[in-house]
Amino acid sequence: MKKVSTDTRYVIIGNGVASIGAIEAIRKNDKTGSITVLADEKYPCYGRPLISYYLEGMTTRDKMDYRPAGFYAANNVKLVLGSPADRIDAVSRKVWCGDSEYAYDRLLIATGSSPVVPPTAGYEDVKRKYTFNKLDDALELEKVTDGTTRVLIIGAGLTGLKAAEGLYPRVKEITVVDMAPRVLPAVMDDESSGIIRSYLENKGIRFFLSDSVEKYCDGYALLKSGAEVDFDVLVTAVGVRPNTRLAESIGCVTERMTESGRPFRGIVVGDDQQTTVADVYAAGDCTLSYDVTIKNTRPLFIQPNAYMQGETAGTYMSGGSREKREYLPVNAGGFLGLHVITAGAYDGEPITVRDGGSFHRFFIKDNRLRGFIQIGEYSRVGILTDLIRREADLEGVDLASLVRHPNLAALGMDYVHSVLGKEGA
Amino acid sequence: MKRVYVKEEWCLGCRLCEYWCVYSGSGEKNFPFAFDKGATPPAGIQVEEVGPVHFAVNCRHCDDPLCLKGCISGALSRDGYGAIRIDKTKCVGCHTCIALCPYGCIVSGGDNMPIKKCQLCAGRDYTPQCVSHCPNEAIVFEEE
Amino acid sequence: MIDYIQPDYEVVRNKELCIKCKVCVRQCANNVHVYDESRDVLYVDNSKCVNCHRCVTLCPAKALKIVKTDHCFKPSANYTEDIIKDIYRQADTGGVLLSSMGTPKSYPVYWDKILLNASQVTNPSIDPLREPMEIRTFLGRKPEEIRYLPDGSIETEKYPNLELKVPIMFSAMSYGSISKNAHIALARAAEQLGTFYNTGEGGLHEDLYKYGPNTIVQVASGRFGVHPAYLDAGAAIEIKIGQGAKPGIGGHLPGSKIGEEVSRTRMIPMGTDAISPAPHHDIYSIEDLRQLVYSLKEATDYKKPVIVKIAAVHNVAAIASGIARSGADIIAIDGFRGGTGAAPTRIRDNVGIPIELALAAVDTRLREEGIRNNVGLVVAGSVRTSADVVKAIALGADAVYIATPALLAIGCHLCRSCHAGRCNWGIATQVPELVQRLNPDVAYKRLVNLVSAWSHEIMEIMGGMGINSIEALRGNRLMLRGIGLTQKELDILGIRHAGE
Repeated sequence: MKKVSTDTRYVIIGNGVASIGAIEAIRKNDKTGSITVLADEKYPCYGRPLISYYLEGMTTRDKMDYRPAGFYAANNVKLVLGSPADRIDAVSRKVWCGDSEYAYDRLLIATGSSPVVPPTAGYEDVKRKYTFNKLDDALELEKVTDGTTRVLIIGAGLTGLKAAEGLYPRVKEITVVDMAPRVLPAVMDDESSGIIRSYLENKGIRFFLSDSVEKYCDGYALLKSGAEVDFDVLVTAVGVRPNTRLAESIGCVTERMTESGRPFRGIVVGDDQQTTVADVYAAGDCTLSYDVTIKNTRPLFIQPNAYMQGETAGTYMSGGSREKREYLPVNAGGFLGLHVITAGAYDGEPITVRDGGSFHRFFIKDNRLRGFIQIGEYSRVGILTDLIRREADLEGVDLASLVRHPNLAALGMDYVHSVLGKEGA
Repeated sequence: MKRVYVKEEWCLGCRLCEYWCVYSGSGEKNFPFAFDKGATPPAGIQVEEVGPVHFAVNCRHCDDPLCLKGCISGALSRDGYGAIRIDKTKCVGCHTCIALCPYGCIVSGGDNMPIKKCQLCAGRDYTPQCVSHCPNEAIVFEEE
Repeated sequence: MIDYIQPDYEVVRNKELCIKCKVCVRQCANNVHVYDESRDVLYVDNSKCVNCHRCVTLCPAKALKIVKTDHCFKPSANYTEDIIKDIYRQADTGGVLLSSMGTPKSYPVYWDKILLNASQVTNPSIDPLREPMEIRTFLGRKPEEIRYLPDGSIETEKYPNLELKVPIMFSAMSYGSISKNAHIALARAAEQLGTFYNTGEGGLHEDLYKYGPNTIVQVASGRFGVHPAYLDAGAAIEIKIGQGAKPGIGGHLPGSKIGEEVSRTRMIPMGTDAISPAPHHDIYSIEDLRQLVYSLKEATDYKKPVIVKIAAVHNVAAIASGIARSGADIIAIDGFRGGTGAAPTRIRDNVGIPIELALAAVDTRLREEGIRNNVGLVVAGSVRTSADVVKAIALGADAVYIATPALLAIGCHLCRSCHAGRCNWGIATQVPELVQRLNPDVAYKRLVNLVSAWSHEIMEIMGGMGINSIEALRGNRLMLRGIGLTQKELDILGIRHAGE
């Protein structure tokens, strides 16, 4: 364990769940060091994916706070709201927000990601245009939409479809445009994607796929295919990019070249979440995560990872250590009543099970479960996620039955004892 | 912390634990009332079978709870007894925890409804109902 | 073939309470409860119900009860329903009727016709919570006189004795007739209580050797599982001549119960019937018995007391006198109301005599002959309560054996179907998934509870009599009075009538 003096100064840039993970981990090891959180938003940490649920009316503003009121005070954290950091000096170990200066001994960069807005003709002139990442986006959309509003969403990925779901009960009409030939292109294959698309189409959402906006005109968008889509409110949700500017400015490595020659952008960190600059750590969307399914790092913009990376960072920042975490893509969410869970990589032999209205597809390679897509009814799928994460050898296991009805029994009594017995867990 | 442990040597597969779990979660005064609407899947414990061997699987209230750490809304938290509990007013039913729990111990509450999980019957009766009603002491509530 | 026999019991399901959890279906090994999925209905086959209460007890909704059928024959005090049905059964099968546990017939229970004394004013009563109360007892031959060694000290430990912290032991029940888990529970309870359990005639499972210091190993006519290590393992050796529930006949454990472990323990091939002959083929006289007693003593270096167990029969006093002269250290007498895992019904219900009369007769005879101190005297065969224990000791016993109460403590509901081998409580069965139902961790605590409770009651009753030692109660028939007994019965019991 690294020696940490009792007056260590921790500064955390960003106030998402990575920051919460870090605070909770630091306070396990260090009750006295000072923790300062510089938040660019003006709210205590909230569950960012909740913004669609907020619009939909499934949660309320007061229920969105990620931790109970008093969390920051209880952990003796100085929370500076509406105060984005704009400069770091890694030599003198200081962070500036405008004129305010914060000295640190350990710094965590948890700056998250920002929505990408592709340059499109006429975009600047669109009056009511939004992205869909922050609470303010949802609060604005709440104000500008009513039962007569027609919404155009650019992007049929998770963010775009969650925006569609959130707005669905509030507005008159929703149209979604995506360059990809299918919805949820990153987490679905053709067939599963088709199920989601037809479900949402039956709910009245319009899709223009393999298409994009040529230009925005007065009250409508002209698509490359020639179609015209009338809209009152535009939501751009084509993706996010990691916020690496600050890290880059102090010399952190912020990209990894892939074999295909295309770089993955994101702060490069070690298993301890430390960047290439000493005592500067990074966690969450702004980093590259180690994905166990590809055995390498890549951007993984999912909240569970952000918390756990923040936690790992906080643990090491305060002198502790922990087992290496293995991440993998896991996504769960409902789309107007249709629930979806996906995980892992979609390579290997697919096993497909359809029953009732549900669809389940599992990918098996070398006796190992690599990934799955489940739509509709499912149960105990975390057992499968764990099998992917552990790369468990499933030789001799009745896979067809296991994947459909995940259970521990199928994995053998030794495994059951190891996880349910007193020695396990 | 005290956890629920299962001794499969003595588990009869009678599934009484599952029914008492449903009752405990229902908040009903009388046992049969919890089943007025017919079969209700248990939230906190489920019996698995391998041939003649049975055992009940129950939330481990893990030291490293992936459900809690992955929760998008902060609805999962650890209480004073060490139990991982769900704040039903905060949960939006996104099922991220279901996707992450390595033991399959979190159950969907239905569309737009909070998830269900073992709360160790905290706040109701200190000894979990699955433990106190096991006819063969195959489920015990013990320190690790 | 027409089935002449209608069900004795009816399972009644309260449909308003039933939640269809199907615990009854899963727990009834007799398949009384059936769930029809297509109709979503639970129904019952009453003809299979043995009234063991497993379903009733486990039903979480308390939706079940079992009632005696009111379907009836034309009443007759002579040809009763039981007799009619037995005749039907024998006409069906041509076989000897088999039964289990003690006879249900309404023979007199003398324990219930004997009342205990208590002190008033003189010889004041003793509060066992405030004053020491000794219920520890020693079983075995006692020295005839006090002898001094050359150095002037008193000669002690002349004969091997069993030390009992409570005057209650668990009677012989073989591994085979009851499950291994039942044996483990008895063994652990005996260990914790400071008393003994008895292997019965089925040998000793290797896993139970560790309880040897609290084990009485039995040698019966079949000699199953008897070998030097077995004899060495126990604290005492019991030669079983007879059993109260079936005097004069042997035993028969069907091959279906001789699985791998029972086979290994009994040292007989798997699947073969275990037949205990009616007599020991090497014992036709007291002299022969003496040979066996001394053979066993010789084999165990004269370190262990030898018990000879007989059924209570007409000439029990004379037989006991012979046994007391055979070199045996302890005589165990088993009354005819005692239990059994399987016995021919007519034998169980008609052969033998009540333990109370046998005990009084034996104790009296041994005293008259001046050989009472040659042996310890243990009685069995329906000792049901702590009061029965006190009465037995006051009639002259050193200790008692209990079996049916022990089984009741661990879940037996006296359905008297042991011989069928499908005990839903995991006691009288060798079916693995039924045996599993009896967790010794649960069962042994219940046994300890039962005997501890009785011990407290025994001390309370003794205190009331102003007696603070079990030794002072033994054979103290002045503490007993008969109620509603004939002079002849009083004479045999050696007690006066209440009011005298």
